[in-house]
Amino acid sequence: MAKRSLRSVALGYLVVILVGPLGIVFWRTFQHGLAPAWNALSAHDTIHAFELTLIISAIAVPINTVFGIVCALAIVRREFPAKGLLNAFIDLPLALSPVVVGLALFLLYGRQGWLGPWLTAHGIRVLFAVPAIVIATIFVSLPFVAREVVPTLREIGDEQEQAARTLGAGGWQTFWRITLPSIRWAVTYGVILTTARSLGEYGAVAVVSGRIQGVTETATLRVQQRYESFDLAGAYAISIVLALLAVGVLLAMTLIRPQEETA
Amino acid sequence: MSIEVRNVSKRFGSFTALDDVSLEVEGGSLTALLGPSGSGKSTLLRIIAGLEEPDSGDVLISGELATALRPQKRNVGFVFQHYAAFKHMTVWDNVAFGLSVRKRPKAEIRDRVDRLLQLVQLEAFGHRYPAQLSGGQRQRMALARALAPEPRVLLLDEPFGALDARVRAELREWLRHLHEEVHVTTIFVTHDQEEAMDVADQIVVLNAGRVEQAGAPASLYDEPRTEFVMRFVGEVNRIGGSFVRPHDLDIGHEPLDGAVEAMIDRISRLGFETRVELSGADGEPIIVQITRDQLEELELERGQIVWVTPARERVFAAS
Repeated sequence: MAKRSLRSVALGYLVVILVGPLGIVFWRTFQHGLAPAWNALSAHDTIHAFELTLIISAIAVPINTVFGIVCALAIVRREFPAKGLLNAFIDLPLALSPVVVGLALFLLYGRQGWLGPWLTAHGIRVLFAVPAIVIATIFVSLPFVAREVVPTLREIGDEQEQAARTLGAGGWQTFWRITLPSIRWAVTYGVILTTARSLGEYGAVAVVSGRIQGVTETATLRVQQRYESFDLAGAYAISIVLALLAVGVLLAMTLIRPQEETA
Repeated sequence: MSIEVRNVSKRFGSFTALDDVSLEVEGGSLTALLGPSGSGKSTLLRIIAGLEEPDSGDVLISGELATALRPQKRNVGFVFQHYAAFKHMTVWDNVAFGLSVRKRPKAEIRDRVDRLLQLVQLEAFGHRYPAQLSGGQRQRMALARALAPEPRVLLLDEPFGALDARVRAELREWLRHLHEEVHVTTIFVTHDQEEAMDVADQIVVLNAGRVEQAGAPASLYDEPRTEFVMRFVGEVNRIGGSFVRPHDLDIGHEPLDGAVEAMIDRISRLGFETRVELSGADGEPIIVQITRDQLEELELERGQIVWVTPARERVFAAS
């Protein structure tokens, strides 16, 4: 009995919090048939917004994956003076509101900012352009890979790596053949979370992008823009594609995970 | 391939793990580093392997200075207490690892791995993952893996420590056979004096980061140089200022020269051998080992007052 009621509570909670709202989005999108949704999705600016979101993610995710693995290795396997500081800084993006991140970038790269005048003088445009969106996205999605990998590295310990060294493997060989395969699922989950965050980031990007339609408007910004223009079907349609992208990433990762590991 | 350790010291923070340790291991020998936990025996082994750097001193492998060499350049085989199996690889790939990182030809790797799996009796388990093996099988796999690149020396860190008593005894015997067959210079770390006595042809006793004594098992047992060694390599009684092994004490009903009076507390018959536990005049415990025949001849009983005479005793200078 207790088991069943526990399950009901868990499922009920998921329905109310997750499935309900998502279901309503689906229903509203296709309430008036496929045409309004299709029109919104096939608009030039919408396609551009999706392209931009995918490009940004394609840049931010690999960078944060490499950085996250390097940071996790440094935190777990090395001793250095500023280790505590690094550990704390990695969590900073989780603690800060994305809007604050956006503002901070604004202060750094804006016309009155520290780097702004130098960048302008050299003809480099950061704010209200793709570089700012990339930087903002990297910032907010920074912690996920490191946070997933650190506990796994601690758990597996370094004996396997030591064994590899005594067997003649150099640093790189040890990393590629022993360390990376041991942490691959932690990295995978980190990548899923990083990707989801990169696809869905709104606050920081909203501040630094300038929201120029067809230029610096990402998919999430496009949802807001459609909503404000009373194009609800369009807003819902874009939301659904965003949600499907996220679900697709999750599914892909689940499917490539071999059976041997689940035992 | 001989191993020489020269004046090696190592500290971890304020803890002195090794204090000016020197030792020599002959090529082809099977040496045990014996000591209680914290004696520095594992640290010494890891320094020989290059997994730990000494603060001072040198390591020479077959006469060549190896102190500055990284572990991957030393060509040593290392076996860890907890196996350090590569969990994401099959048994076969584990054993092949040392050869494939050296980019040896495929055919050579196949031959050598198959031969080693046969040697450690795991030829039927090549396609399994380490998680599907028992502890003893995993340790045999780890041994085959360490031997695959034909190391100059084989180092084992408490290799049987995580196994149960029966498997441990089995693997111990098996290691001795393996050493006879492969004949690679081998050093293993243990805190179990019986294991060291049984397997090794040389024992180095370590205590608090220093070498107490090194030598053949028999000489350590018969001629311990310090009280620590005498206590560590076997059971010992303290009678007055000297130390006596339980089998070097005679029990009698007459006070012979040098005899002490004692009362029998307990008699345990362990097959052929009999242990008699007594307490001396000051209440100090005395343990005597006699044969069943002696026991019957002397008609010993609990509560009897008897005379205990050391046949061979040792006195150590106060340290």
